[in-house]
Amino acid sequence: MEHILTILIFFPLLAGILGFIVEKESARAYGISVAAIEFILSLWLWFSFDINSADMQFTEFLPVIKEFGISYNVGVDGISLFIVIMSTMITLIGIISLNEEKIDNMKNMIVSLLFLEMTMVGVFVALDAIMFYLFWELSLVPMLYIIGAWGGPTRVYAAVKFFLYTFAGSLIMLVGLLSIAYLYHLETSVWTFNLLDWYQLDLSVNLQYWLFLALFVGFAFKVPMFPFHTWLPHAHGQAPTIGSVILAAVLLKMGTYGFVRFSLPLFPDASVEMIPMVTVLSIIMIIYTAMVAFAQKDMKQVIAYSSVSHMGIIMIGVFAMNAEGITGSIFQMLSHGMVSGALFLLVGIIYERTGTKTMSKFGGLASIMPVYATIFGVMLMASVGLPLTIGFVGEFLVLLGFYEVSPIATVIAGTSIIIGAIYMLSLFKKSFFGEVTNESNRSLKDLNARELTALLPLVAIVVWLGIYPKPILKPIDNSVQKLLTDMEYKARTPEAKKRIISIQRAKEEK
Amino acid sequence: MLEPVKVSLEALNLATLMPMLVAIAGGLIILIVDLLKENLHKSLYVMLTLLILIIDLGTTVGFSGNEKGFFDLMLIDGISVVTQIIILVASMLFIPLALTSKRFHEYSYPEFFALFLFMLAGLQFMVATSNLILIFIGLETSSLALYTLIALHNRANSFEAAVKYFTMGALAAGFFVMGSAILYGVSGSLELNQIADVLQLRLSDTGILALSIAGAGFLLAAFAFKLSLFPFHTWAPDVYEGASAPLAGFMSVVPKLVAFIVAMRIFEMFIKLNIEWVQTTILALSVATMTLANIMALVQKDVKRMLAYSSISHAGFVMSAIAIATTKANSAIFLYYGLFLFTNFGAFTMLWVSRHKHRVHHERYDHPYEKFSGMIHIMPIGAVVMALFMLSLAGVPPFSVFWGKIYIMSAAVDVGMVWLAIIMGLNSAVSAYYYLKLIVYMFLKEPTHATSKETVYFNISKPLMTILGITVFATVSSMFFVQPLLDYITHMVQISGF
Repeated sequence: MEHILTILIFFPLLAGILGFIVEKESARAYGISVAAIEFILSLWLWFSFDINSADMQFTEFLPVIKEFGISYNVGVDGISLFIVIMSTMITLIGIISLNEEKIDNMKNMIVSLLFLEMTMVGVFVALDAIMFYLFWELSLVPMLYIIGAWGGPTRVYAAVKFFLYTFAGSLIMLVGLLSIAYLYHLETSVWTFNLLDWYQLDLSVNLQYWLFLALFVGFAFKVPMFPFHTWLPHAHGQAPTIGSVILAAVLLKMGTYGFVRFSLPLFPDASVEMIPMVTVLSIIMIIYTAMVAFAQKDMKQVIAYSSVSHMGIIMIGVFAMNAEGITGSIFQMLSHGMVSGALFLLVGIIYERTGTKTMSKFGGLASIMPVYATIFGVMLMASVGLPLTIGFVGEFLVLLGFYEVSPIATVIAGTSIIIGAIYMLSLFKKSFFGEVTNESNRSLKDLNARELTALLPLVAIVVWLGIYPKPILKPIDNSVQKLLTDMEYKARTPEAKKRIISIQRAKEEK
Repeated sequence: MLEPVKVSLEALNLATLMPMLVAIAGGLIILIVDLLKENLHKSLYVMLTLLILIIDLGTTVGFSGNEKGFFDLMLIDGISVVTQIIILVASMLFIPLALTSKRFHEYSYPEFFALFLFMLAGLQFMVATSNLILIFIGLETSSLALYTLIALHNRANSFEAAVKYFTMGALAAGFFVMGSAILYGVSGSLELNQIADVLQLRLSDTGILALSIAGAGFLLAAFAFKLSLFPFHTWAPDVYEGASAPLAGFMSVVPKLVAFIVAMRIFEMFIKLNIEWVQTTILALSVATMTLANIMALVQKDVKRMLAYSSISHAGFVMSAIAIATTKANSAIFLYYGLFLFTNFGAFTMLWVSRHKHRVHHERYDHPYEKFSGMIHIMPIGAVVMALFMLSLAGVPPFSVFWGKIYIMSAAVDVGMVWLAIIMGLNSAVSAYYYLKLIVYMFLKEPTHATSKETVYFNISKPLMTILGITVFATVSSMFFVQPLLDYITHMVQISGF
């Protein structure tokens, strides 16, 4: 299968276009089938992926605008492989979880989700900067529609805010990309937006610095880094369950993925120089949003802010500049995707049943809905980072890696686990334990087959990867090692050389 | 006794006149047909015009560049060929829009089509010369025809628009003549390349620099009117509103592109002479235009006015390419307008499809946002098509306008004007808001009581659907023809020496 990546990108697009013809009543079944095929294809990608190689695999190259160096250029390595699989999986689970009674116009929803799936896969496998930018921007459109059409009372405001913030940020990023292409042209007199060619480009530290900032704006809005995060609570607050799930699980990862794929290898010196700034912003983001999460009355907002807080952990991992940190943060992207996706699904379930997300309206849910409470408990523990769950592995690796950069910052970031435990457990206590405070809740039904189908795979993965993460960590680690070796080779300043710790150096030092 | 002037016919190179002659002859044929038999259906004239346009296109494509004729008065160089091709393609999209299912006043007159062809001839003259007098004649011929075309729409605000445009146009013509007069005074010639040669020699003489700047200033004001650059843009929204939607779409592309080409010939001469004032002023004008027009567009209540301001903003965007003045920037102008043409034209066509004789939704506006609210429930395909146009105008990849935008931004980055590229980027983000507003109305709001299939698809007919199909196809698939287009354009711009 040489063209598997092309198939992975364009199969959902094609299915989405054909989906317009499918009858309304069958739309969900159609969506599930398509998403399942896509998921199986992505699993196939994993099985045919050579886990011992750190290079780009399944690459395809086709010039589109030769004059200007824009080409259709895709490939996958250990870093992107699992994010792609997670995207297809979350889409599948999201579509399974859709409730036909609650969502009118199911066909439009399915079509939007399939378009969104195309853009998500596209972003993570694109190796051409313009292709990357193209999918990046396109992903806003279906999400705008999903939030705006099926969201809460102020959905239009939230949707437009989401669109404009990310759009504005990414246009600055576009200027940065164009500048890199120009610098490459100066150097070699060839126009190209091919990322792998760009990796060879040797830039002065000063240029790296400005280009890093340009790309930073684009990525930071998406992550979202503090202080660019203000669009996210609105978006989550108003988005329908499926929108929040995909937003938290996949769309936010585009930002952190961008840092790993673009900022680090292209600007190693600037990245090292920026460690303090990124650390400060990330720590603020981790602690501040965790505290805000504690102050929320709405269950979904708690999850939303906790999701931002965890993105901060991913950020410091990326800037740890060593194998543990970066591998850990990529693993954390996966775990955050699974866990926050599952939590949003769970909140969505209770919201569908009661029409409210306010914690004070609940209490003693554990005795009424035991299965629901158990799954919620498992996900909550994973979110807090309890050992033997998926959340622990990533968080531990990140903190371990970052300890070499700054022990103090690591300790501060580590407290987020404690604060996380506080707000998560208080949420759990308020809603699930104690007496049943609201009599009307007594008649609530426990999870049905549809919801269990969506949630149980996630529970299984959370536990499986918590106990045995190696099959995933190995390929990620390979590609991260290569990334670090390249960065170290490319770095100009002695400070950067010292900071970037590739495995060879680590061995030599021993 | 005067010697009789002997000129061989070959030296005149009559072939350079062919494209314009085809258009003029076509206009006359239409008038003659009307004389011979009255009350023929408009479809006859539409098809006749279309055929004439095809012949015109055929004669234009034949030129491979840099042909001169009539004692160097005519100059068919690369850029003039490309411009004429774009003009003719736009006209071919414009003319079939006369075939609406409802009757409209202007199309019942064959004169409409004749005037249109005369206007085309004028525009073609404008781009096919570097002589200021011929440019002026072309400008006036085309403008006078255009004023009449607007007024033919036969509504109170069409007359107002025509008169407003006429007054403003007259002022601009005055500026143009004054600017040319100063340049003639300085250099003793009206040929741009001769002016350039003389200025090059005399620039260091006292007073010449000031005079050239004065001349450039007057010409810049004249073109700022034509291109609706700030602060000379105030006529544009009213005129667009008064004109019929197809004509407004046409005006937002064709006369502007022509003005851009002439501006390119004139102002890049000044920029090459290192008169920095010209470059700075053009940059300031372009930044002010794109920013202010964007802000004005944010508060519009009518989609057509919004599109008018958006076209102004796009013109400001492209104007900066004139100041950048590299081959890449000049190619970007053509690429931008070649792609913008389809998208913008499509958007105006959607307005035309929904045009009513009476104002159903709002007492002041023809196309208020409310008219389109909930369109996705009533006519999903129409809504999706319009949304594609809006996204493309906002510069979302991979739709057509994005490629133009990125090429101009890249040209700005190449000459070190990163700040300009950033301003362009931020302006695109601002503009996204008002384009999104329409999308929000169409997709996320409930239909109002007055909105129904009948009201929104009021004018629809097969020819209109065909035009919409072509424009949507070009907008969506632009990614695949940018490459050959760019090759061709860059080649043509290079051989013209820009």
